Amino acid sequence: MEAVHDHHAADHDHHQPSGLMRWITTTNHKDIGTMYLWFSFIMFMVGGAMSMVIRAELFEPGLQFISPERYNQMITLHALIMVFGAIMPAFVGFANWMIPLQIGAPDMAFARMNNWSFWILPVAGSMLVGSLLAPGGAAGTGWTLYPPLSVQSGMGMDMAIFGIHLLGMSSIMGSINIITTILNLRAPGMTLMKMPLFSWTWLITAYLLIAVMPVLAGAVTMLLTDRHFGTSFFSAAGGGDPVLFQHIFWFFGHPEVYIIALPAFGVISEVIPAFSRKPIFGYASMVYAIASIAIISFFVWAHHMYVTGIPLTGQLYFMYATMLIAVPTGVKVFNWVATMWRGSLSFETPMLFALGFLFLFTLGGFSGLVLAITAVDVQLQDTYYVVAHFHYVMVAGALFSAYAGAYYWLPKWTGHMYNETLGKWHFWLSLIFFNMTFFVQHFLGLAGMPRRIPDYALQFADFNRISSLGAFGFGLSQLLFLYIVIKTIKGGKKAEANAWGDAPGLEWTVPSPAPHHTFEVPPVIK
Amino acid sequence: MSQQASRYFVPQPSHWPIIGSLALALMGAGAVMWVNKVAAGPYSVAAGFCVLVYMLFGWFGTVIRESEGGKYSKLVDGSFRWGMSWFIFSEVMFFAAFFGALFYTRTLSVPDLASADNLGLLYPHFSDMWPSAGPGFKDKFTPMAAWGIPAINTLLLLSSGATLTWAHWGLLKNKRAQLTIGLILTILLGVTFIYLQATEYAEAYSHLNLKLTTGVYGSTFFMLTGFHGFHVTLGATMLTVILFRVMSGHFKPDHHFAFEAVAWYWHFVDVVWLLLFVLVYWL
Repeated sequence: MEAVHDHHAADHDHHQPSGLMRWITTTNHKDIGTMYLWFSFIMFMVGGAMSMVIRAELFEPGLQFISPERYNQMITLHALIMVFGAIMPAFVGFANWMIPLQIGAPDMAFARMNNWSFWILPVAGSMLVGSLLAPGGAAGTGWTLYPPLSVQSGMGMDMAIFGIHLLGMSSIMGSINIITTILNLRAPGMTLMKMPLFSWTWLITAYLLIAVMPVLAGAVTMLLTDRHFGTSFFSAAGGGDPVLFQHIFWFFGHPEVYIIALPAFGVISEVIPAFSRKPIFGYASMVYAIASIAIISFFVWAHHMYVTGIPLTGQLYFMYATMLIAVPTGVKVFNWVATMWRGSLSFETPMLFALGFLFLFTLGGFSGLVLAITAVDVQLQDTYYVVAHFHYVMVAGALFSAYAGAYYWLPKWTGHMYNETLGKWHFWLSLIFFNMTFFVQHFLGLAGMPRRIPDYALQFADFNRISSLGAFGFGLSQLLFLYIVIKTIKGGKKAEANAWGDAPGLEWTVPSPAPHHTFEVPPVIK
Repeated sequence: MSQQASRYFVPQPSHWPIIGSLALALMGAGAVMWVNKVAAGPYSVAAGFCVLVYMLFGWFGTVIRESEGGKYSKLVDGSFRWGMSWFIFSEVMFFAAFFGALFYTRTLSVPDLASADNLGLLYPHFSDMWPSAGPGFKDKFTPMAAWGIPAINTLLLLSSGATLTWAHWGLLKNKRAQLTIGLILTILLGVTFIYLQATEYAEAYSHLNLKLTTGVYGSTFFMLTGFHGFHVTLGATMLTVILFRVMSGHFKPDHHFAFEAVAWYWHFVDVVWLLLFVLVYWL
């Protein structure tokens, strides 16, 4: 059977496969973007269910529901699934949908490879989730997979290793596609310094991904050979060092933080100008800030390793280098605020999520600065303060930004306006429950509660109970989003081409919903 | 931008990617089973590999037909160039992880294990020297000398870079005989390299007591040279495909990016070898 017909481009809608085959064989960036977004939401539900188990176990001291081993597996898979299965695919979904529309390209540069990047993900996701059924259960090392524990674990660890290999392949192919599309397929006149900031953030993010995903692949390959083929990379008896793994892992892991954060910045940089009815303040400085953050992110990795015995000079260097990141990040935060200054503001759901992002991500950035100080971090390492910090960045940062983007572009994707009242409910419930869950964890961490332990001392009980109740509320509120999206797909007020009246960007010049093929002949940008 | 092809070529829906995913699923699940000694493992990996080869033939076959059918404008050509460059960059970073491990063990972990901090506590008789298989390795082993097979291999790969460039000149000047001979020479040099590398491994295992399990020296030596050898094998395979395409009359002086992509890849493998020769074998 030959599914690839050689027809002229003009009649290429005639032999499209339908039903399930449409989605399996598609080469259309919009279809693939949609699949990424749904996959991401499904994994978000799976990873979210795991966090509900974690918070149920922590609802009160003692062991209630699951064994400590299962608890370790829950925290490990929760993190791996949320990072690689939910947040990253969500932003790749946005990239697939929006980059060709924003830069006036007919599709992604490599449309078939784009399909493959997506269809590797369900294989990898099944491997991660399926590892719960492996003899001995899933990896229970935490997502950082530190040896020697990861060298000693069972089959579930191998499933995690090969799952990560597959996720890496998908990310690298996806990134090559994005970077090539942006560098090669911009419409005539769309110079780099005219390009929308969401596309800019993805250009840099794709570069980061191509640089560090292979390093992660190398790290887990060394784990694999240490486990099964007798190498000694992480064994002192053979002249290696378990800390070597931490260096390689965090050389990947710290840029990974910005791989998640930069596209989130990109979405916010689209939403805030649209609802302030002003162009972004300091466009060029935004671009330079993105690039600076990306470059510095390669040189700060050992701030995750202050207590591993690295030399004092090393600790000092990594402390100062880490704090340096606050400068370009501060530039971005001030630019967003200055964009709103004297703007004609309105507060639809995307703008609410963007404002929530602005406040809470900045808080997460500040607690990051606290943790960057070596002397303080020695006290706070592996406490709930760290958990609180990175959930402010990952949830109130990346997830809120993804919601801002989803509400902002839903009219373009579906052709309908979502229900504004429900959207606002979703925002306020998320905001309140998020803070209820994670704000108190700062206090728990400062009081010394360690992370990754299923039981805790009595004095931590009250704050943990508040946090668990907040988590259940947050989890339930996210179902509201699913309902809103399905409702919007099925119907609702017709969306105009420019759903927000005067939002900037090429994507708002095509009809809503965006036709299957757009910009087959590139527009000319003046 | 080219005027005659104003539309960028966007391919029709394709079933090759999902077949590739099937191949990866079989190989991934098979590898997990194999390393855990489940009997079905090797069969699953073998089946996955067959599916992968089928997919590669089908997918690249489609691309070659489209290319020879004149569907690729200059803009598509540009996409391929960016794509291949970034792919090679990802490969560079993969090797960087292993070179980083080598650097770390040589300058940090082995000296630390022998330093005053640990002396007399864990490993009293361990001294800081390279090559080292670590304090727990009780046997004797002989490290691989640089000026035997490795030096010959360096010459072979450097010459293969030259013959490949000579073949490219032939293609640019439309001298097909020079192109074919240059390619055949390059492939022969590459295959000889792989053969010598295999001989070296056999020598290491049978006479030098140098194995993958020989502490951190064995680990870094075999993982670095092994991944490099695998890349040479891939490169030689791709060169062979290009040779067959040349013999079927493919490529024109102004339209032959597949040839150039493989040449870039070959030169990349060459540069990695030079680093290996200096950092693994020599110094």
